[in-house]
Amino acid sequence: MTYFIIRRTFWAFFLFVVATMITYVIFFVVPANPAALAAGKATKPEIVAHIKHALHLDLPIYQQYWLFVWNLVRHGSFGYSFVNGLPVRTTLGQEIPVTASIVFGGVILYLVISIPIGIISALRPRSALDRSGMVFVLVGISAPSVWVGLILIYLISFKLGWTPIGDYCNLLPTHQTGVCSGPGEWAYHLILPWITLAVGSAALYTRLIRANVMETMSEDYVRTAWAKGASSSRVLVQHVLRNSMLQVVTILGMDLGLLLGGVVFIEIVFGMPGLGQQLVLAAERFDLPVVVGIVMFATFAVIIFNFIVDVLYAWLDPRIRLT
Amino acid sequence: MALLEVENLHTRFLTDDGVVKAVSGVSFKLDRGQTLGVVGESGSGKSVTFLTVMGLVDRRSTEVEGSVRYDGEELLNASSARLQNIRGRRIGMIFQDPMTSLNPVKKIGWQLEEAVLLHNDVNHAEARRRAIQSLEEVEIPRADARVDDYPHQFSGGMRQRVMIAMALINQPEIIIADEPTTALDVTTQAQILRLMKKLQDEHGAAIVMITHDLGVVAELADDVKVMYGGRIVEEALVDDLFVQPEMPYTWGLLGSMPRLDQVSARLEQIPGQPPSLLRPPTGCAFHPRCGYTFDKCREELPELAAAPDTVDHRYRCHLDDAERHRIWAAKTAAVSAGEGSAA
Repeated sequence: MTYFIIRRTFWAFFLFVVATMITYVIFFVVPANPAALAAGKATKPEIVAHIKHALHLDLPIYQQYWLFVWNLVRHGSFGYSFVNGLPVRTTLGQEIPVTASIVFGGVILYLVISIPIGIISALRPRSALDRSGMVFVLVGISAPSVWVGLILIYLISFKLGWTPIGDYCNLLPTHQTGVCSGPGEWAYHLILPWITLAVGSAALYTRLIRANVMETMSEDYVRTAWAKGASSSRVLVQHVLRNSMLQVVTILGMDLGLLLGGVVFIEIVFGMPGLGQQLVLAAERFDLPVVVGIVMFATFAVIIFNFIVDVLYAWLDPRIRLT
Repeated sequence: MALLEVENLHTRFLTDDGVVKAVSGVSFKLDRGQTLGVVGESGSGKSVTFLTVMGLVDRRSTEVEGSVRYDGEELLNASSARLQNIRGRRIGMIFQDPMTSLNPVKKIGWQLEEAVLLHNDVNHAEARRRAIQSLEEVEIPRADARVDDYPHQFSGGMRQRVMIAMALINQPEIIIADEPTTALDVTTQAQILRLMKKLQDEHGAAIVMITHDLGVVAELADDVKVMYGGRIVEEALVDDLFVQPEMPYTWGLLGSMPRLDQVSARLEQIPGQPPSLLRPPTGCAFHPRCGYTFDKCREELPELAAAPDTVDHRYRCHLDDAERHRIWAAKTAAVSAGEGSAA
């Protein structure tokens, strides 16, 4: 286990380096002039040159990268936005909670939907519930989240007026006037984004869980359990579920990592100031420090959730040893 | 009254392609302490017969007819609670592939304890004690340590011992062993068979040995049923079957068995494939592969008739007695001649 953690840490470090390097390289391959953009329209060339120098954009690419690494290691700083001059850390600090709120709420919602439906339709294949579940799955998979989000906003927010049309509210109460906050408001504003995220994934996970449970039900050791005289609920809980969750855990870990890098469509449709929306904005403005900051966080999320998956895997299946 | 009585059992699987008649009218009796060998090729219905007896076929996609009585009690319409009570407690089962028949994520001890706790009102410590004791009975060294291992830490032969321990742990009256040695290497096979024999002597359980290996039958069984195409085609005491088999399929099975006491250039083989149970052949199911087929074989299913001058020896064949005995005598003479020339 110790060896596993050490190896994983080295691997994470390596991934960070590669991911940030690639971001730098791509950034400089794209022909753009962030300094000119930052300076605004109709500025004199001297001012652009001055800004260029101030942002270190006049240095060779490897020196710029080195400066970034140095600031990160020496000062724990991700640098400052080219566009508004704010520390990237502050920007990330504001946006991560938004994306995390959407992602974790949505993931919990789709697991709550797909686990029971998946298991029941595996146990009763071809039943009415299984068939209607499959219709739901097909619709869910076919409908893009942008479309689902827009339809939900139109029907539920606009026509029925049950939920707000967009905007994010902090989970923790703040006492600033004019800023909405608190768990109630937070959930109220997030309910549609959660449903939007859950529709497609719930469908996918229902299928996945159904397939895995059905496959496990036909394993020889499940037959052994029946032959011992175990009841159907005991067979399901003790012998089927744990064995059928291996693949689900893997995919869930990968999904969590990926989603935390930004749920772009949902954030944009619902006007949520999250990582995905910011990443698109920053890329459009050639705001390199912000892009690198978000890429690093996304890498971190993928690494952390892969680590959790590996540990869970070893716990679920004793044949796998963490070395 | 026999311990297990099966009468006119039919099992049909309803598939997308049609109805598969896996078992068609099988009847037999099993007495206490008896060892019954059930022989046949893959797809002859031998495993399905006993899965049906145990109620382990999927009832949603399967039609079952006939009667299965355990100790006089009808099992085919028994409640699932009653069946759970009988499975593992009264009738234990050992499966073919020990590599996949144990749950990979549970410790050996847990799996044995589960079998104890399902049927006995004992505490965990007692269940564990019995688990270790049962591992000792099947001759697993250092049983008290190995009880905490996972199945993947055991070899195939060791796992089959665990399966046997698990089937025996509640001292059932019947043990159904579905090809218990097929997946094992030859030396391990011999050990497992010896172990089963020893345990049967100690516990007095009746054993049903399902196999395609006539050597296993010769070693263990008192009676033999030969199955083909979902039916019993010949049944006899084990010695009678080897001395005077009465129908061509059994001849083929015996001829395809290598023997150390005879020299033959080449083993006999049964030509063709086992019949499709989706569209079984008309008449006698064996007629497309039989070397002695005539018109009647294609039209009419032979009854399970008693052989002349024997008890409990019955067979399905349209050939008349004189003809069958002449063919079998010629076959054994040919083998003896081969022996003579080799000597």
